[in-house]
This record gives sequence, structure tokens and C-alpha cells, in this order.
Amino acid sequence: MKLTKLLTSAAVALGLATTAMAMDKTKVGFVYVGPVGDGGWTYEHDQGRKAVVEAFGDKVETVYVENVPEGPDAERVMTQMALDGADLIFTTSFGYMDQTINVAKKFPKVKFEHATGYKQAPNVSVYSARFYEGRAVQGHIAGHMTKTNTIGYIASFPIPEVIRGINSAYIHAKKVNPDVQFKIVWAYTWFDPAKEADAAKALIEQGADVILQHTDSTAPQAAAQAAGNVVTFGQASDMSEYAPFPRVSSIIDDWAPYYVARTQAVMDGTWESKSTWDGIGAGMVGIGEISDAVPADVKASALALKESLADGSYHTFTGPLNKQDGSVWLAEGETAADYGDNGLAGLNFYVEGIDAELPN
Amino acid sequence: MDLSAINPVLLIASLMVAATPLLLAAIGELVVERAGVLNLGVEGMMIVGAIAGFAISVETGSPFVGVIAAAIAGGLLSLLFAFLTQFALANQVASGLALTLFGLGLSALMGQSYVGIRPPEMPKLDIPVLTDLPVVGPILFGHDPILYFGLILCAAVYAFLKYTRGGLILRAVGENHDAAHALGYGVIRVRILAILFGGACAGVGGAYISLIRVPQWTEGMTAGIGWIALALVVFASWKPWRVLLGAYLFGGINVLQLNLQAAGVAIPVEYLAMSPYLITILVLVIMSADKSGAPASLGRTFHASQ
Repeated sequence: MKLTKLLTSAAVALGLATTAMAMDKTKVGFVYVGPVGDGGWTYEHDQGRKAVVEAFGDKVETVYVENVPEGPDAERVMTQMALDGADLIFTTSFGYMDQTINVAKKFPKVKFEHATGYKQAPNVSVYSARFYEGRAVQGHIAGHMTKTNTIGYIASFPIPEVIRGINSAYIHAKKVNPDVQFKIVWAYTWFDPAKEADAAKALIEQGADVILQHTDSTAPQAAAQAAGNVVTFGQASDMSEYAPFPRVSSIIDDWAPYYVARTQAVMDGTWESKSTWDGIGAGMVGIGEISDAVPADVKASALALKESLADGSYHTFTGPLNKQDGSVWLAEGETAADYGDNGLAGLNFYVEGIDAELPN
Repeated sequence: MDLSAINPVLLIASLMVAATPLLLAAIGELVVERAGVLNLGVEGMMIVGAIAGFAISVETGSPFVGVIAAAIAGGLLSLLFAFLTQFALANQVASGLALTLFGLGLSALMGQSYVGIRPPEMPKLDIPVLTDLPVVGPILFGHDPILYFGLILCAAVYAFLKYTRGGLILRAVGENHDAAHALGYGVIRVRILAILFGGACAGVGGAYISLIRVPQWTEGMTAGIGWIALALVVFASWKPWRVLLGAYLFGGINVLQLNLQAAGVAIPVEYLAMSPYLITILVLVIMSADKSGAPASLGRTFHASQ
């Protein structure tokens, strides 16, 4: 009897000790939609994770799960992370939105951070970057660079983030080249190199000599390189291995400062649910080096555009702008609001001039 | 809408490229399943073949050596499956799934230093006069050799299964391994050879993606083609010609729908995006109305003592 008691108390003590040790470390989980080696979206999130490890060293423990499909599987992965004692979980794809909210309800003490979504909860923050500011710079360069006046766009899913990017690129390409035309292909995937390559080839065969992509792999870059005279832009990550040509510039997501700040907030106990949406100015969106394949004057005007976006003197969506059906979206001088009807957060229409139908 | 923007010759040429990895993987799996083994590790063997082929061709500078290395790598990985299921008598479904997970991890590890590298280019067939023919040239005579290899392999597998003694034995093993054993055929040996063949084919299919179709190495780049190959074998009711048809249908409609989207055709994109799956399944299901069933011993473990 005594022995059993002794053993039990020893076990309890041991249990307490390990819990205490675990308490010292802040555990941060990351749920990724692609592999960390995709060279694009997930790669940059993982760079953010590494920055957290670097900033806090032994005080933090990070775990990640890659290739998590958007759907019930994601909920399982998040639940498992929360059960394993994660204090803070970053869910890094739009399609994890409802799953994040569901799991967050079950674990009120765990903090969640959902990327690019719009549903908040007391323990769920949302954060995103104003990628469309970078798209404006891309559109500007693309409009100048195209000789066939045909720009191909590999889109992923018809969600506001992607639609904002298409609109922004189109508006700014049109501004410098009134004859420009967009061909848009929906790949219905974030990551499928073979399909992305096929989409790029289809666009190139139909006369596009600039390819913009909103999918995560470097496959379209390779397809453009094989075609020889096609311009591309790095997406999410710099993709500098394809510079100086075909990749002439890029949009780089820089999540590191945000991830470090939020982890710090959890450690300090100051974390609260908020919505963050930063752009070029705050450094969350970077513009990769514009290569020498771009003429010097175009490079200069692109950089000027970037500056005006960064200091806030110019808004990407400034009126007059009409919707695709011809009705007025923004009046002369008006800028798009983030929320509300016709707001950027829920944007679900093309601007006037894009000759394509938006999938629902 | 501007259908004239679609060049039918280029379209057919690129659909053949898109179909080849699927065809290679599916024809290998067909032989495996005809021998009565269900190997769900196709995706894993493909991705390992993709990175092995990529790495070796970058190191040696020869895409052909790379393709051979991919076949060997796929074969080696399948040997693991063969050992587990044929000697250790492990469950085939579980072993196959494990093989896929293992392959995905292993390839990520092997590929770490190969991201962003451009592989040596596979030379395309270039026959004077023939390749320069208008229409026929780019479709029939302008491809890389592996594409033709895929077609020949399909024909060879068909002939082997239908006309040779070896093919008869393989089918006997797949239909009723106890009877085949009683007749004195080496069930385990036949199955191991079939598994090896399937692994090598999947490996070459993977290398086709990383060396020719994309061409680059990215983690997880097969993105489910192995699973589609598995489904294709079933829907093709284990017949080589139907696998060929299915692979070309699937690859073809996939390329076609991307082209239609780019041309701005007024069909909702959602329907276009699901069309490859729908049409392939529909066509093959209608064709398999003749009730040709699965090999009777498919997925059952065999031991001589039973």
C-alpha cells in the first residue's frame, strides 16, 4: 500500500515537474498549406517561424505541419497542436478560416492567428498583407514590358485576396498601356507545379508574354524560361533563382516581424485579438529587386510608385474606377475602404475593362 | 471569347506531354495489380523518382542517366514494399500508404540542395523532314523520347499480358494465387518482379515531371498524380489500352480546360476545372460496362503454407 502511494506521489510530482518545465517554454504551432520547400508562400511563412526561433532561442518551441489540406484535416491538425500544448497557433491559409474558428472555440486559452481571413474571435486574430500594393508595381512593369499587349494571370481560387491582386495589376497595367489585355486562368490550387506549368504554357501559347501568378510554386517561372521571351514575377518569395530574366521583380511576404511580435505578446500576456493588415509601408510586403531586364526609366517609375504606396500618398484603388458591369465603384479621387459594401476585404468583382467572367 | 487563339496542334502536342507521367505510373501499377498486389505507394515512388532523376541528371549532365536512375530509385523503394508484403506478409494497403508517406519525406530530404536549379534539357526527337511537317510534325515527331517510350511500354504491356506465357502466368497469379502455386509457379517471385516493374515505371513517371514537364525540382511536386494513376487503373478495368485512353483523356482535358479558360470561353470556370475528372470517369465507366472485374486475388496476401 505504502509503495503504491509512494509511486503515485512520485508520478504526480514528476507530472507536475514536466508541466512546470513545459510552462517555461512558449509553444508556437504553424499549419502550412504547402511544403516548406515550395519556394513561395509556405517557404516565407517558415522563414517567419525560423525568425521566431532565432529571436527567442530556448524560450520558445515551434512545431509545424506542412501540406495540410484546406478542410476537415486542418481541424484535426489544429486540435492535435492545441492538445499538445501549443500556446499560439498560426494557420497560414485562407481556407483554414472556419476550421480555425471551430478549434478556437474548443480551446479558449490557446491563441490563434489566421492569415488572410476575416473572421475574428476573442482568441482568434487575423492578419494579412496588402499584397495588392505589390501587384500595382507588378502591373506597372508588366504594362510596360508586354509587346503583345497580352498579360497572362494564373489565379488560384476566386477569393477576395486574389481578386484584389488581379484588379490592382490590371488597373496599373492599363494606366501605362491602354491596349493591354488580361487572360486569366483559374488553377483551383495553391500548389501543383505540373498544373501551374501547364497553365503558364497555355497562356504563352495564346500570346501572353508576361505571366503573373498567384500560385505558390516556381513552375510558371520555369515554363517562361523555357519559352525564352516571357516575363514573370516572383510570387510570395523572391524566386531570385530565375532572375534577372524571366523573373524581373517579385512580391515578397515578410512575416517575421509580425510573428516575433505576436509570440512576444503571448509571452508577456499582452496578446489580444486584433486585425492586422499591413502593406509596403510597414514592411510586410516587399518588392524584390527589379532586374536590369527592365528599362531604367520603367524601373525608376516603378520605384516611385512603390514609394508613393509606402508613404501613403497614393492608394492602389483610387477613383474614378468602375466595376466590370460599368457601374461606379469609386468616384473621382475616392479611395477604396477596407470594409463595408464594396470594401477591399470582401472584394468580389472585377474592375471595368477585364474581359473575363469571375467564378463564384 | 476567342477560340482562334487556341492552336490545336500545340494543344495536342502539350496534352501528350501532360498525359505521359500519368500513363507511365498507371501502366506500372496495372501490371502490379494484375499480379494481385495493391500498391498504394505510387505517389511516393513517383516523387522519389522525380528527385532521383533530377539529382542524377544535374550531377551527370545527362537526362537519360537521370531517367534510368529514377527507374532504379522507384524500383528500390518498391522493393521495400515487396519485402514488407511478400515476406513479412504485412497488410498491402497499410504498407502502400506508408510507402507514400516515406517517399514524400525522403524526397524532401534528398531534394534540399536542388531547389531552383535548372536540369539539363532532354533533347527532342528531330527527324529531318518529318519533324518539320506542318500539323503532323509537332504532334507525332517532335517530342522527347520518354513520351514515345511510354506509348511503346503500353503496347508492350498489352502484348505481354495477352500473348506471352509470362503474361499468362502473371495473370494466373493475380486471379488465383493458390492455383498458380499448385501448378508450380513461383507466386512470390512473380509478384516481386511485378512490384519492381511498377516501381520503376512510377519512378520514370515522376522523373518525367521534374525533368521534362515542369522542369525543376519542388518539394511535393507530383501533387497527387500518383493517386490519379491508381484510380485510373481501376476505372480502366485493368486494361492497358483503356489506361492509355484514360491518361490521354485526363491529361488532354486538363490542358484543354486551361486553354479554354485563357481564351475566355463562356463556360463557368468551376465546370471546366472539374471536367477532366468527370469526363474521364464517365467515359471509362461506360466502357467498363462489359463487367470485366478486378483480378480475383487483388490485395490478398499469399503464403505457400496456406
